[in-house]
Amino acid sequence: MNDYRINNCGDTAFSVEFYGGITPETNQLVRQLWGQLEKYKGSWLVDAAPSFCSALIVFDPVRIKPEKVKAKLEKICDSLCGGEVKIFEKRTFIIPVCYGEEFGEDLEEVAHINSLTPKEVVEIHSGTDYYIYMLGFLPGFPYLGGLDSRIATPRLVSPRTKIPAGSVGIGGNQTGIYPLVSPGGWRLIGKTPVRPYDAERVPAVLYNAGDYIRFVPIDKAEFERIDRLCEKGEYECAVEIKKKD
Amino acid sequence: MCSGDKEERLIKIIIPGPLTTVQDAGRTGYMAQGFPVCGAADADSMEIGNILVGNAPDTAVLEITLGGFAAEFLSDSVVAVTGADAPFFINGVPLERYRAYPLKKRDYIYVGPVKSGCRIYLCVSGGISTEPFMGSRSTFLKIGMGGYKGRKLMPGDMLPMGYVPKMPKKLGSRSVVPPEFSSTVTLRATVGPQDNMFSPEEIDKFFSSEYTVTPASDRMGIRLDGPFLNSLNGTDIISDGIACGSVQIPSDGKPIILCADRQTTGGYAKPVTVISADMPKAGQLVPGNKVRFVRVTQEEAYKAAIERSRYIKKLSKKLHRL
Repeated sequence: MNDYRINNCGDTAFSVEFYGGITPETNQLVRQLWGQLEKYKGSWLVDAAPSFCSALIVFDPVRIKPEKVKAKLEKICDSLCGGEVKIFEKRTFIIPVCYGEEFGEDLEEVAHINSLTPKEVVEIHSGTDYYIYMLGFLPGFPYLGGLDSRIATPRLVSPRTKIPAGSVGIGGNQTGIYPLVSPGGWRLIGKTPVRPYDAERVPAVLYNAGDYIRFVPIDKAEFERIDRLCEKGEYECAVEIKKKD
Repeated sequence: MCSGDKEERLIKIIIPGPLTTVQDAGRTGYMAQGFPVCGAADADSMEIGNILVGNAPDTAVLEITLGGFAAEFLSDSVVAVTGADAPFFINGVPLERYRAYPLKKRDYIYVGPVKSGCRIYLCVSGGISTEPFMGSRSTFLKIGMGGYKGRKLMPGDMLPMGYVPKMPKKLGSRSVVPPEFSSTVTLRATVGPQDNMFSPEEIDKFFSSEYTVTPASDRMGIRLDGPFLNSLNGTDIISDGIACGSVQIPSDGKPIILCADRQTTGGYAKPVTVISADMPKAGQLVPGNKVRFVRVTQEEAYKAAIERSRYIKKLSKKLHRL
């Protein structure tokens, strides 16, 4: 049995917070709440920001009575929390990454800090599927769960002012991809030629919260080949879909 | 301008001022992918200005920060200047803010430096018709998206204006009384979402203190100096979504009112939220201004939102009939 509470966020939003901390199960409650609300997009639902254990639900108090929104949220959440969390399918985006050298300047250091070889860091990093808890910070920036503690590495003391788009990094016990050029303090271990964010593409962001990411090592030649295809908009990122139950 | 010709209608930017961007009501519906909403910092001024020139209230406008702006109109149009108090001239003739004026091809508009307030809105009939990006023309400067080439305006930029099927009538009577922008502002706020991370005494302190707007403020957030808020147990939270107007307390205890360009999610506690009806006022704050917060109930906040919307609808109806 799960539990939740609804917090007021001014007069245009509620935040639904599920108890249970940062786990894929709690996050699935958030996903399912969001899924059930999507049909109200275009009427009273202005926007929604699902995160680790909560969802910000933005509404227009001029178009709907806030107590009605609250009642709807309570009805959905009561039913979600009373039942079992069902995960219908697992979507995994296969992200090719060229590790080390000019693509991941900090790979050697990450290996050194953790008393591993660079090859071992790559094996560990690419050996897991990472759950996307939420997107935030920048369009398409994924907050991933599941980094192996053997390669967790403290952030840089002074952040870089410009990290190229596609960079894959480790910051503390988190790993992720920078979808856009941005400042940042994570240690860079590689780079993907795939564009997680592409303004010209529909949808502009490749994946969604609730999906998984698997990093697959590629060499420089393969990076350049995929990069050229991405440049022309001809690369389709591989997605593995596993149905559950 | 009312003829059916589809000739491109343009505004040429001569002096853009420190920061002028294209903004509309914002890019809603994409927070889940990490896209900030953006949009006019003072929605009241944008909406009133648009109604004055015969547009829908959420049509794209130019948001001119602190003034010092000049442009040449390469086509006929109708304009209104709203928002912060700044002198405004057409071909060197001083004119009134919050009033619609016809412009002829080659007319020159100049907006001087602000006397009070922060942001001026230049609203033109047909609106600024740059290519929408994900449903909005609002500029998001941080990643260079939306608006005019995703950036602030530069000298020589040519901005397209939308097609106007019908010229607004009786321009002489299209005006409203300009609001006053004081250097001491009171903002109404409700408690939540994370008020439980602070003692009731600390929340009371927030509502009884005066804060000063600092120069680090921008379209993302208004940073305040004043009594800092002590949390019960740190201000870190598991990152969650941020509503417009939420007041964030980072580890240094100094409040930040999160505005139009705020990130979609954040990891600091937000004990109170400024009500939507007062966020346009927050959008006019400049460094040095004094801010006080008044606690209101949820009901009062909802009522204020409805009253604001009624005012805009009423004005829209009244001017539409002219």
